[in-house]
Amino acid sequence: MSRGARRALLAGWLFLLPAVAAYLLFVLYPLLTAVQYSFYKWNGIGASTWVGFNNYVQIFTDPTLLAPIFNALILIIFFTVIPIVSGLVLATLIRDMRPGPFATTARTVLFLPQIVPLVAAGIAWSWMYAQTGTINQILNAVGLGFLSRSWLADFGTALPAVGLIGSWVLTGLCTVLLLTGMGKIDPALYEAARIDGAGWLRLFSSVTLPGVRQEITVLVTITVISALSSFDIIYTTTKGGPGTTTLVPGISIFRLAFVQGQVGLASALGVVLLILVLAVVLPVQRISREKD
Amino acid sequence: MITSRTEVVVGRVVLIVILILTVLPLLSMLSAALQPADRIPTGFAWPSDPHWENFVTAFTVGHVWVLLGSSLLIVVVVVPVSLLFATLAGYALGNLRVKGGQVVLVAMVLGLTIPFEAIVIPLYYQITSYGVLNTQWAIILPLIGLYMPFGVFWMRAHFIGVPRELSEAARVDGAGILQEFRRIQIPLARPALSALGILLFLWTWNQFLLPLVLVDDPDKRTMAGALGAFQGQYIDTLPLLFAAALIVMLPTIIVYVIFQRQFVKALLQGAVKG
Repeated sequence: MSRGARRALLAGWLFLLPAVAAYLLFVLYPLLTAVQYSFYKWNGIGASTWVGFNNYVQIFTDPTLLAPIFNALILIIFFTVIPIVSGLVLATLIRDMRPGPFATTARTVLFLPQIVPLVAAGIAWSWMYAQTGTINQILNAVGLGFLSRSWLADFGTALPAVGLIGSWVLTGLCTVLLLTGMGKIDPALYEAARIDGAGWLRLFSSVTLPGVRQEITVLVTITVISALSSFDIIYTTTKGGPGTTTLVPGISIFRLAFVQGQVGLASALGVVLLILVLAVVLPVQRISREKD
Repeated sequence: MITSRTEVVVGRVVLIVILILTVLPLLSMLSAALQPADRIPTGFAWPSDPHWENFVTAFTVGHVWVLLGSSLLIVVVVVPVSLLFATLAGYALGNLRVKGGQVVLVAMVLGLTIPFEAIVIPLYYQITSYGVLNTQWAIILPLIGLYMPFGVFWMRAHFIGVPRELSEAARVDGAGILQEFRRIQIPLARPALSALGILLFLWTWNQFLLPLVLVDDPDKRTMAGALGAFQGQYIDTLPLLFAAALIVMLPTIIVYVIFQRQFVKALLQGAVKG
């Protein structure tokens, strides 16, 4: 290697150094440590004992540890499916509107839930769902008072209720991103399809949907990650209750490690959560790449 | 493409209903925040006698001045340092194309998928061993590391788009790498940097899990982190809790309204690149 090339290489790595050091120290090192903890039984203070894969076995056999994983998967319906489907509908509606103050306001307002802290969103929604809160008030007003209940305390409704908070947060992001995607579709494609006699639904399925495929991939990735690793919303609304109905991995990890002193088990659950995220996200990326 | 008149009307109505649903939780929290502080609020209604002083009380009881200071300290360190580190690395990967850089890039991209929950336990013990548990540093240090995957990825994408002839021209004129970086690359990167800066501000301000775990004293947390502690304290004075939540939200909404365009663009690009 020539002296110049060696100097360039050195300079390049000096530029990389701060970022790589910060990443190694505060992301990779803790991650490896978490994997290490996951093979021990440790209460966080005293001595630790090597237990091999016992913590993992416990996660997949203990119903109270399986429940959070199962609930997180259900949340994908509310964090991913509902926001993307409503995003497609809303984006189509906004796009077909004449550009003007209404369209701009709609975008601004829809995006708002994406800006506010999730903790504040959780607090706002726990009031919506409360016994004397807004949802029951609306139900009473339209004569459906018999349905009213404390939505977050009811075993049957708590999980969908917190899930819908996620839908509320993410629908705006999906709408605005899909709207940008739709803006890039060549109008000539619509013209051509219409000349061939395609109706509204046909236009949507054979021009709009393929046109925003890349945006949908991105949204599926982001929203699935936020469903599986949800914490803030659940912590501020139900803390996992009633029972284990809204327990998610994040809450269980927090409780096991910092309340119940089961650091090894909590770390194992963290590793399982990461694997779960990768297991969902990587195939999505691959499918979208194959189609390109 | 919607054509008929009825469809236009139906479309508008659907959209308006969704917009109302979007703001309803925030408005109903505002209406509850204005009810008498010592009673359980009832329903969504504009109180005949709005208790605006609840905001003042929440501001004082919650030490919001102290909190603002704490949040600002965290933001003022985390955002510029992360921007600097990410820019340096993004330049090395996108422009210099350092040998071995591919490995760094792959490691960073994988880092984008790591949930905070998976590493927060070891971070707790690590931060304890540094002796900075319960200080703002307990939030600052990990956040810089956690922002690297996204930040580096983002800045690399920017530098890849900058023509390399520009660097070559600068070198011919006798500029060293550092000089070229400072005089030519940084000014060109300003839009990418400001977008990233806005995102990092928002993520830091709204960060909840790290402050909850790593800082006991709410006064040393981020605004969002402190709000979590208020929830326990204000159980009997819900209107005050709601007022506090609105106070915490306000700065993010102000930033959003001011930088709306860049904001949405940044979040969207962030989404696409992330």
